[in-house]
Amino acid sequence: MRAARLSVVTAVATAAALTAVTGCAEKSDGKGAGAIKVTATDSKCEVSKKEFPAGHIELDIQNKGSKVTEVYILFPDDRIVSERENIGPGTKQTVTAEVKSGDYTIACKPGMKGKGIRQAVKATGGKVAKRDPRLDAAVAAYREYAQEQADATLPEVATFVKAVKAGDLAAAKAAYAPSRIGWERTEPVAESFGDIDPKVDVRADGLEDGQKWTGWHRLEKALWQDKKIGAEEKTLADQLVTDLTDWQKRVGKADITPTSMANGAKELLDEVATGKVTGEEERYSHTDLVDFKANVEGAQKSYELLKPVAKENDAALTTELDKQFAALNTLLDKYRADKTSYDFVSYDKVGKDQQKELSDAVNALAEPLSKLAAAVVK
Amino acid sequence: MTDTPAEEATPAAPSRRSLIGWGGAGLALGAAAAGGAVAMARTGDDVEPTAAESGAAVAFHGTHQAGIATPVQDRLHFAAFDVKTDDRAEFVQLLKDWTAAARRMTGGHAVGEGAYGGLAEAPPDDTGEALGLKPSRLTLTIGFGPSLFEKFGLADRRPEALVDLPTFPGENLDRNRSGGDLCVQACADDPQVAVHAIRNLARIGFGKVAIRWSQLGFGKTSSTTPDAQTPRNLMGFKDGTRNIAGTESDRLEKFVWADAKDGSDWMAGGSYLVARRIRMNIETWDRTSLQEQEDVFGRDKGEGAPVGRAKERDKPFLKAMKPDAHVRLAHPDSNHGATILRRGYSFTDGTDGLGRLEAGLFFLAYQRDVRTGFIPIQRSLGADALNEYIQHVGSAHFAVPPGVRDKDDWWGRTLFSKEA
Repeated sequence: MRAARLSVVTAVATAAALTAVTGCAEKSDGKGAGAIKVTATDSKCEVSKKEFPAGHIELDIQNKGSKVTEVYILFPDDRIVSERENIGPGTKQTVTAEVKSGDYTIACKPGMKGKGIRQAVKATGGKVAKRDPRLDAAVAAYREYAQEQADATLPEVATFVKAVKAGDLAAAKAAYAPSRIGWERTEPVAESFGDIDPKVDVRADGLEDGQKWTGWHRLEKALWQDKKIGAEEKTLADQLVTDLTDWQKRVGKADITPTSMANGAKELLDEVATGKVTGEEERYSHTDLVDFKANVEGAQKSYELLKPVAKENDAALTTELDKQFAALNTLLDKYRADKTSYDFVSYDKVGKDQQKELSDAVNALAEPLSKLAAAVVK
Repeated sequence: MTDTPAEEATPAAPSRRSLIGWGGAGLALGAAAAGGAVAMARTGDDVEPTAAESGAAVAFHGTHQAGIATPVQDRLHFAAFDVKTDDRAEFVQLLKDWTAAARRMTGGHAVGEGAYGGLAEAPPDDTGEALGLKPSRLTLTIGFGPSLFEKFGLADRRPEALVDLPTFPGENLDRNRSGGDLCVQACADDPQVAVHAIRNLARIGFGKVAIRWSQLGFGKTSSTTPDAQTPRNLMGFKDGTRNIAGTESDRLEKFVWADAKDGSDWMAGGSYLVARRIRMNIETWDRTSLQEQEDVFGRDKGEGAPVGRAKERDKPFLKAMKPDAHVRLAHPDSNHGATILRRGYSFTDGTDGLGRLEAGLFFLAYQRDVRTGFIPIQRSLGADALNEYIQHVGSAHFAVPPGVRDKDDWWGRTLFSKEA
């Protein structure tokens, strides 16, 4: 649950980071010699240049309209290259991106809604942006995987919620961890919808001022710490189903790119490194190893889909990743009697030395995994 | 190492340290402490590089590794690593990669292709927090622990001098702050530069080595430049007055540098490092009367003079001190001449959960052989009155190989290379 501190605004930024193929939004350094001026109003999106050299580009955006707007640089198929949200009326912002030669669209979205007002632009010279059909296939397969995980999660959640509503503590505890597996496998995609994650997967320490604590971890505390299920918990259980159904409906529309898959895989390991390996994530139920395994599985899925291309570009990297995925999985298997089940050792029974060993294995995998995106786009 | 660049050792302006007058001194302390024939009769504050002047680079290549006899920098980040791979070639490659990174960082350069300007999709090679900072006299010094020699078929190359340290009275070692297959000592005048170096080496090493424990230090507690003011430890005392100077080549040869004829030819030009985390009971010490504090050390608190003497560098009269005084017990004369080179640092890691300062001395001692260096001295210190106020809580011992000769050489070559 990296989104412990994610407000809706920062969650959107996370989504942006996930979806940007080669872009980054940052402050202007004040140079911008070759900057492209974008003047946004409530009804127009004017650009100063429609053709510019490929490479590093900078958009100097001025919102002269009355509504908050956002500006995107898009590939022809609407994948996002780079973007900037929340540009207030009368304010200026800068977006930078690295673009290869090819056709692009610049879109302004007054009110931050809809498809926006669009301008076709062209980057020329340099390397031609070519799309590898294998990567398109990888994205399609991953999108399918994310949908499958959501589809498979809902019945598990239904079992959990049914037990909660029946006031059956033991059954609810048993159904808790399995209900989270699909979510944990595809967490970066789930988190790309900034409004869902804070409702379903927030921990007490991640709440913002005025935010009501809902979702899995609130119920986890009721089951393991308070050891009772009241009317409030039953209402929250229903809410969990509603929120996850929303996720299930929207997951297919997530912005997914080869690099967001690669970076998402690394982020899953980061989740493990910061929350699971310390036992913070499941502090009441101690089912951290279930989440841990699911995160690794999700990361491995992304990796396996990207591997054919990555291997061609950086064989040493994929050899290392194969080795480190295997090592981590072997290590995790030590904590379950049956390799087909998700009955893992309770994390409060995992000693400090063992936690260190798990942490080292995560680092050993996550560091090379951080290079996967580069190997995919080379 | 690289002989001491004179211009760094003797700048003109008084140092920030000498003006402010803080810093610390070695605890275990006065091994090389206390007088002796060579003691320089200096009075007043001596000089050391100021922060601005200390931005220079220390040469990475040399007969000995830098960071031993090099004038002691102000800050430390020390890290001990466990080896995670059993593939010798992979480990050797790591040592080469580390050497290349160390060469760049000690020269004030970013690792690899730098911290920015590369592929937007990839994390940069360098973490970037040292960008724009001076080399800050960064030195990186590698050492190999006894446990390393159980791997890669190296058992027969373990130096005899690299003994498992015996148990010393009163110590309470935390194994999570002890041992390690290898270590890297990063010393610099800027803490960010030292931390950057360890962080980047750790990153390069993920999957092959993992950090076992690490320690930050500040306010060097010993000096290898005898014309500089002896620093004070967190107990407020000067200690280590007679530490070996980086310029005393005869004493370095005799007490610090290993020789081929010591038994391990691959260690010629190297040294042996003992690292000890020494926790101080700061609060009880601060409640101790001045007389007792001075009796415990065998020095006065203001001047640092040995009991019955007037100046810090006056030759101590050991018999005038209490039998359990720290200086008396640590002095070479009480230990058959045992002498070590110390470059310890103070540490303060916040508070310990009971509201007590989690502070003390991170003791680093280099010597030719611990069996004639640290071990007899530490045994002698078993009776030390100071023990009521300190406890050794971490411990490690490393064989520090000779220096990297040139750009084709690498850390550990003499140990791992067949032709060496």
